[in-house]
Amino acid sequence: MSTRLAQGGRLIDRSKPKNFTFNGKRMKGYEGDTLAAALLGEDQMLMGRSFKYHRPRGVVASGAEEPNALVNLGQGERFEPNQRVTTTELFDGLTCTSQNHWPSLEFDVGVVNNYAARFLPAGFYYKTFMAPAAAWKHVFEPIIRKSAGLGQVPTEADADRYEHYYHHTDVVIIGGGVAGLASALAAGRSGAKVLVMEQTHHWGGRAAVDGGEIDGQSVDAWIDATLAELEGMENVTLRTRMMASGVYDHGYVLGYERVADHTPGDGRPRHRLWRIRTKQIVTATGAIERPLSFAGNDIPGVMLASAVRDYVVNWGVSIGDRTVVVTNNDDGYRTALTLKEAGLVVPVVLDARSEATGPLAEAARTAGIRVEPGRAIAKVHGGKRVTGVSICLQAGEGSALEEIKCDAVAMSGGWSPVVHMWSHCGGKLIWDEAQAHFRPDPNRAPTSHDGEAFVVTAGTASGAMSLAETLEDAYAAGKAAGKAAGGKAIRKAGPKADAEEAQPMAPVWIMPQGAGPQKRMKMWLDYQNDVKVSDVQLAAREGYESVEHTKRYTTLGMATDQGKLSNINGLAVLSDALGQEIPTTGTTTFRPPYTPISFGAIAGEARHEIFQPIRRTPMHQWHEDAGAYMEPVGHWRRPYCYAKPGETNEQAVNREVLNTRENLGLLDASTLGKLIVKGPDAGKFMDMMYTNMMSNLAVGKCRYGLMCSENGFLSDDGVVARIDEDTWLCHTTSGGADRIHAWMEEWLQTEWWDWKVYVANVTEQLAQVAVVGPNARKVLEKLNAQAGGGMDLSAEALPFMQWADGKIGAFDARAYRISFSGELSYEIAVPASQGRAFWDALLDAGEEFGVMPYGTECLHIMRAEKGFIMIGDETDGTVIPQDLGLNWAISKKKDDFLGKRAQQRSHMTDPERWKLVGLETLDGSVLPDGAYAVGEGNNVHGQRNMIGRVTSTYYSPTLKKGIAMGLVLHGPDRMGEVISFPTVDGSNTVIKARICDPVFYDKDGEKQNV
Amino acid sequence: MLILECPYCGVMADETDLHGGGEAHLKRYGPGSSDDEFETYLFHRKNPKGVHFERWRHVSGCGKWFHAARNTMTLEVYGTYPAQTTEPPKELVAKIKKKHPEWGGYE
Repeated sequence: MSTRLAQGGRLIDRSKPKNFTFNGKRMKGYEGDTLAAALLGEDQMLMGRSFKYHRPRGVVASGAEEPNALVNLGQGERFEPNQRVTTTELFDGLTCTSQNHWPSLEFDVGVVNNYAARFLPAGFYYKTFMAPAAAWKHVFEPIIRKSAGLGQVPTEADADRYEHYYHHTDVVIIGGGVAGLASALAAGRSGAKVLVMEQTHHWGGRAAVDGGEIDGQSVDAWIDATLAELEGMENVTLRTRMMASGVYDHGYVLGYERVADHTPGDGRPRHRLWRIRTKQIVTATGAIERPLSFAGNDIPGVMLASAVRDYVVNWGVSIGDRTVVVTNNDDGYRTALTLKEAGLVVPVVLDARSEATGPLAEAARTAGIRVEPGRAIAKVHGGKRVTGVSICLQAGEGSALEEIKCDAVAMSGGWSPVVHMWSHCGGKLIWDEAQAHFRPDPNRAPTSHDGEAFVVTAGTASGAMSLAETLEDAYAAGKAAGKAAGGKAIRKAGPKADAEEAQPMAPVWIMPQGAGPQKRMKMWLDYQNDVKVSDVQLAAREGYESVEHTKRYTTLGMATDQGKLSNINGLAVLSDALGQEIPTTGTTTFRPPYTPISFGAIAGEARHEIFQPIRRTPMHQWHEDAGAYMEPVGHWRRPYCYAKPGETNEQAVNREVLNTRENLGLLDASTLGKLIVKGPDAGKFMDMMYTNMMSNLAVGKCRYGLMCSENGFLSDDGVVARIDEDTWLCHTTSGGADRIHAWMEEWLQTEWWDWKVYVANVTEQLAQVAVVGPNARKVLEKLNAQAGGGMDLSAEALPFMQWADGKIGAFDARAYRISFSGELSYEIAVPASQGRAFWDALLDAGEEFGVMPYGTECLHIMRAEKGFIMIGDETDGTVIPQDLGLNWAISKKKDDFLGKRAQQRSHMTDPERWKLVGLETLDGSVLPDGAYAVGEGNNVHGQRNMIGRVTSTYYSPTLKKGIAMGLVLHGPDRMGEVISFPTVDGSNTVIKARICDPVFYDKDGEKQNV
Repeated sequence: MLILECPYCGVMADETDLHGGGEAHLKRYGPGSSDDEFETYLFHRKNPKGVHFERWRHVSGCGKWFHAARNTMTLEVYGTYPAQTTEPPKELVAKIKKKHPEWGGYE
């Protein structure tokens, strides 16, 4: 069993116990514990179940690479699934539950998959669930969904807050182990501005666990002294609990600081995302130990040798009383010696190498540990916990020579440098034959905007495997980075350690090397996703040659740990199966984040009301006070309708339509885009922007215009007014002002840069109110009568499609006689500062005329009754003006305008293009939005042929029936024909509609022209 | 995230302050052009592995369009220059050529 030792634990404070629960069971740990250490200290080795076979899983590592021990952490509004216990700091009151099992961790029904494992090989799902589609939907998917997945999804909103932090520096050092600290010393001494980040809460990494001396002191003492020196440097910033998530183009780094994960609810932001710009990056990210592939290497109690050592030294926790060590390198012996020193039993060290002659092996022998070279593990015994191992020859096929009882196995398959940060932005790797690992190739570093390298590796991350080499390499890296970032050259010597002798490691990818299929089926590569040696070999036999394809086919390395343990072993097995060298196979791509980061950190402060800035018109507050139902339009919020007490939104909309048609309606039209185009060449420019001729528009007049993309598709519309000889005012759609402004700027700056034209977006300078209805003129004239405004608003002075400047009442107004409703209508712009007062005055004066404000839905219905198109309804980026019967708005006199050439292409002039028509249902009902009309016959997919679709559809309170517009094949030639719209609501009904003129109301325009 | 220097205001701008506009120095074909010419203008874009001339707009800054000569593989930026030109500056082309003699040059 695993237990807390009576002594030891360099990171814990035994005077500060911390209480927590696991699956409701009360447990105790100490300050400085990780959750993993605390669980192990309470003999909780079984922590979860694997993804596919639901096999029992215990912790295998001690850091970020942990694939197995994931828990649901916290509860309620502070609940997060898939949290690695190895990187979760213990705090008082922590609660967690295990994942991926039913009904319980100890007894799991899903483990039946395990016994069916031989029938669930790589690609099983791809091969099995091909057809029929119905079986997939009703049988396979529900079952798989129930059994798949790891943690639970949070059900409550996150109680915590998160923030982004911007940081500019010269040198970022990723990793606060002895290498990172040595680099920091050098970079700091150069005078450069330095940021050092360490993902755990303690400095120094694993070096202190491994022992040795630096500059004649213990590693711990050196770490303390170095930290003191770094803290004294004003140019150095030190951060713990901060992981580098990714390295991006041109020296951009994302740092993920877990500010308050260990102090939940203390008011601080939980996570802080550092958005860092730096000139140089030093990756002192260390290395990760590789597992060995032997049968039963996934049984709880089988762990990385370094992790076994970490738990003893850092947290005073033993994994078992009797630990068998199995290794292919010298480092494994450190674990044997550590255990022995802690008073635990190491029955044997199995060294896969044919001889064990290094100083560490000698030390083990001297300590009385049995050392067996050339030996391997044939099989691990046990179910939920290791009970023993069978030993065999590494060179053989696995006949058991001896059985040894033990409750833990410590395995070491060699070390792989953490190359993620080097690789994220294009750093290349080389295969190191001697260490059997990929390491960064210093000659092919990631390059920045100046073409120079901006990442340098330090220490073990470079492939340095001893303390002495690590320090030397790291100090040099820090020196180089400091200098490259503009610091001064330094002469002061770096920290030193004594050189060590070591026996070369021997790559071991399968144990024993001649293992047969039965054993290979039990050799786990990816623990979380249950990918075994046999799966990778099967993939190779089935023709998978690319490591990227094999990864996706077998799911090797696709779990939450992203293959930190499994990748190298997996691609070694693949290479062997393909009969090629490992470097030929290559690695999969390393992508950020290094370990998963929270969505909260990515979102930062952008939540709730500050998720996106909201644009408000001068009348916005009035709308809110009036209880308007608001809808988003671009970044604006516009009233959809103003429901009165007891009224539904639908009833309110209908009332607004009728009232506007019969009396007087007011619309806040301030959101309408308003662009001023001015200059000697403005007319020429307007003619290019619009399909219409705009240069010949007379001063004082208005014209409805269309804008197209170079592709010919309709992109925006609106009324243009000629202000003076060289000035035009362009109205755009509410959502389109910024886009059209940018569109105009683009052409002026990049194509016609010699044209003398300026464009200004004055949308927010003006408040605009549409005064609409038979009483529109009356209310404005009343304002004039009240306050002596001078503008003549008569039909003679200001006829339809003209505009005038002047005073209306007390207001500085520009009145446009334009109508989007078909009624007598003035759209009146006043300075934004007068907008609210103008609105209030209109409501006040309009009372006797039956004034009511109306919202966007009323606007939509009235324009549809008049057959006016709406950008985004009748258009969707594939519609040209000709489709909408707008040929009258396309100038034939102009040589050129944006979209003209495209509209001459054969597809654009195809008579088969669907064209705009009106649609009225035979029974007066409202057609569903987006409904398709079907014609004769089927297409190649066996679907009914489509002959049209609905683009706008409403209930018209004016006509008391459903009205719609749609695009229909040969539509304008089929007036009066009835076409069919099958419903998709499951009722299996078909709605019949007659093709008609899209103008449903006042076709001659008598109401607006008064 | 790239950094590009805006040639108008001199700011070293983060990519988030910029808006990419695709290949630079396109020749516009309007009415009167052949279908092939127009199709090429509208749809055919270079996608080189290496030196590329691009359009960018300093959208969250001075609002100006400019051009950048950039290496799509190494992310090296050889230079930026105003958009009011139909081809890259000769000095810039020479600078790139000197650094990458194997480069075919601007065409």
